Amino acid sequence: MFLERPRTAEAFKERLIEISLFLCAFASVLTTIAIIFVLFSEAVFGLSGAAFFQEVSVVDFFTGTRWSPVLKPQEFGVLPLIVGTLWVTGVAAVVGLPIGVLTAVYLSEYAKPQVRNVVKPFLELLAGIPTIVYGFFGLAIVTPYVIDPIFQGLFGFKVGTFNALAGGIVVGIMIIPMVSSLTEDALRAVPRSLREAGYALGSTKFDVVVKIVLPAAFSGVVSAFLLAISRAVGETMAVAIACGSKPNLTANPLEQIQTMTAYIVQATGGEAAAGTVQYQSVYAVGLTLFLMTLVLNIISQWVMRRYREVYQ
Amino acid sequence: MTEQTTHPELLTPSGKKETRLFAILCATATWSSAFVLIVLLSAVVFKAWGWFDWDFLTSYDSRRPQKAGIFAGLIGTAWMIFFTILFSVPIGVGAAIYLEEYAKDNWLSRLIRINLANLAGVPSIVYGILGVTVFVRAFGVFGDDGHLDSFVGWSISELNFLGVKISLPLGEVVLSGAMTMTLLILPVIIIAAQEALRGVPPSVRHASLALGASKWQTIRNQVLPAAIPGIMTGVILSISRAIGETAPLICLGIAAYVPFAPGGIDSPEALMKQPEGVLQAPFDYFTVIPIQIYNWALDHRSAYKGHAAAGICVLLLSLLVLNGLAILIRNRANRHIRW
Repeated sequence: MFLERPRTAEAFKERLIEISLFLCAFASVLTTIAIIFVLFSEAVFGLSGAAFFQEVSVVDFFTGTRWSPVLKPQEFGVLPLIVGTLWVTGVAAVVGLPIGVLTAVYLSEYAKPQVRNVVKPFLELLAGIPTIVYGFFGLAIVTPYVIDPIFQGLFGFKVGTFNALAGGIVVGIMIIPMVSSLTEDALRAVPRSLREAGYALGSTKFDVVVKIVLPAAFSGVVSAFLLAISRAVGETMAVAIACGSKPNLTANPLEQIQTMTAYIVQATGGEAAAGTVQYQSVYAVGLTLFLMTLVLNIISQWVMRRYREVYQ
Repeated sequence: MTEQTTHPELLTPSGKKETRLFAILCATATWSSAFVLIVLLSAVVFKAWGWFDWDFLTSYDSRRPQKAGIFAGLIGTAWMIFFTILFSVPIGVGAAIYLEEYAKDNWLSRLIRINLANLAGVPSIVYGILGVTVFVRAFGVFGDDGHLDSFVGWSISELNFLGVKISLPLGEVVLSGAMTMTLLILPVIIIAAQEALRGVPPSVRHASLALGASKWQTIRNQVLPAAIPGIMTGVILSISRAIGETAPLICLGIAAYVPFAPGGIDSPEALMKQPEGVLQAPFDYFTVIPIQIYNWALDHRSAYKGHAAAGICVLLLSLLVLNGLAILIRNRANRHIRW
């Protein structure tokens, strides 16, 4: 009896506060719904006139090898943009993933606390630098002072002012802090007893790290890789500046390319008239990008849950 | 770590060599990031040398390199970030309070949590597409040839509210940018605020409830004050992300060349002379620092590369100040609070 809450103005106020706090939390769900609705609106349903996928068939979109949204004849084959994105992501993965993992191993297994305290702020700074700065670094430093002397100077290949390699390298640098901090968390979660058991059996430190600690943290490392790759796929400004803006289905990373994200920047910044197929293509590319990163994120979370070793 | 205390006689010579090499490899990889950071920063400073001066900070953009400056971007960024904080902090903290203090473990709260984790991974440019469709163009409902015009035969393209001109749809104004940024950083703020709230021990809540305080009184008077340093740190870090974020704003169609300040407020004197400009500012066109950098970086005239680098210096300096503030708050809080 005494414990029952009285129905007073005070109780009503408490209830009102709870409801408004719930609405704040629900805003995030509304954001997701809005993103999906907006992307589908122009790409699939067509709020203003015919939808993109009514004008361009889904098969043509995903198998076409030419992306020419402005120049006649207009063609909307998204493969050149996807290949551009894959080039950047691939180079970034080759640069960023090994360095990230080795950094994590160093910080968690080898470095003394004093060294950690010096290195950690460097990595945090690297993570805090806006992506546009990386783009400028790729265009103004990496291409003329690193790629050009090596490939043009030593091997005689022609290097473009804008090229996929520079973008991939800077995106790779960009994902190092993310890979290393997520991997380090995973390595630290491996219990000390496992390492000590390895040493007790006479293993070297190398054996313990490579054959015991890393496999034990496998799920965390893979999930970090997938998140970093998803980040590289969605990265925009660094590639829009360093890689250029020419859709190019190419096997040569020294040429100018365009990624999906860079196309969206170019098309929306260039004021494509609303209602045109060119304008709607932004939504189709955006939807493709959204689904790609979503799938990567979901797999990453799944790997984390599915393969996590649970230690007492 | 005491792993070094292995028995050396058990190690084969080759095993020893592997171990050494691997340790050196790991150390090299780690220090290479620091090296790249130093190269990056010194390259930017080197390129900016001679362009970064007082005139650069106080001039609008110009077609002549000698006169171009970043003033419009500075003012625009300040306005946009002000409104972003205004929108995102109450909603973000409110959402975190709900999830940590009120939510029961049912499908709805699980959905919100899973959704938050996925939202944080959505590429920023997708938020740009969302912003341009919903805020800048309002689904094409308003204006001439808008849906209202074609269905009802009645078009509306401007509101006049207390002397403030509000165009409909909003267009590429400060408010559109701030609302897009709010959606972008909301997941980050919520997750940071959740962690701060989780750090407040349950005993504080129990004590307050035992003294007869209601749930909200407990949260407002005990939990929130204790969590504020953590929340502030999270807010500052997400705000620094919003300051450097470029892609969604380009998506909104925000121009790089804006030769005026929002609301006409370009100096303290202008503010004194026409204070009503403050009301007009959120509905005025603007530009931000990173968009000016983007525009200069892609300009084919080489002088503008110096402007891009100088703009980057301004951007990095403001981030440095903000992050210094975050560290200061964190350290002060750690010193004062002992559970």
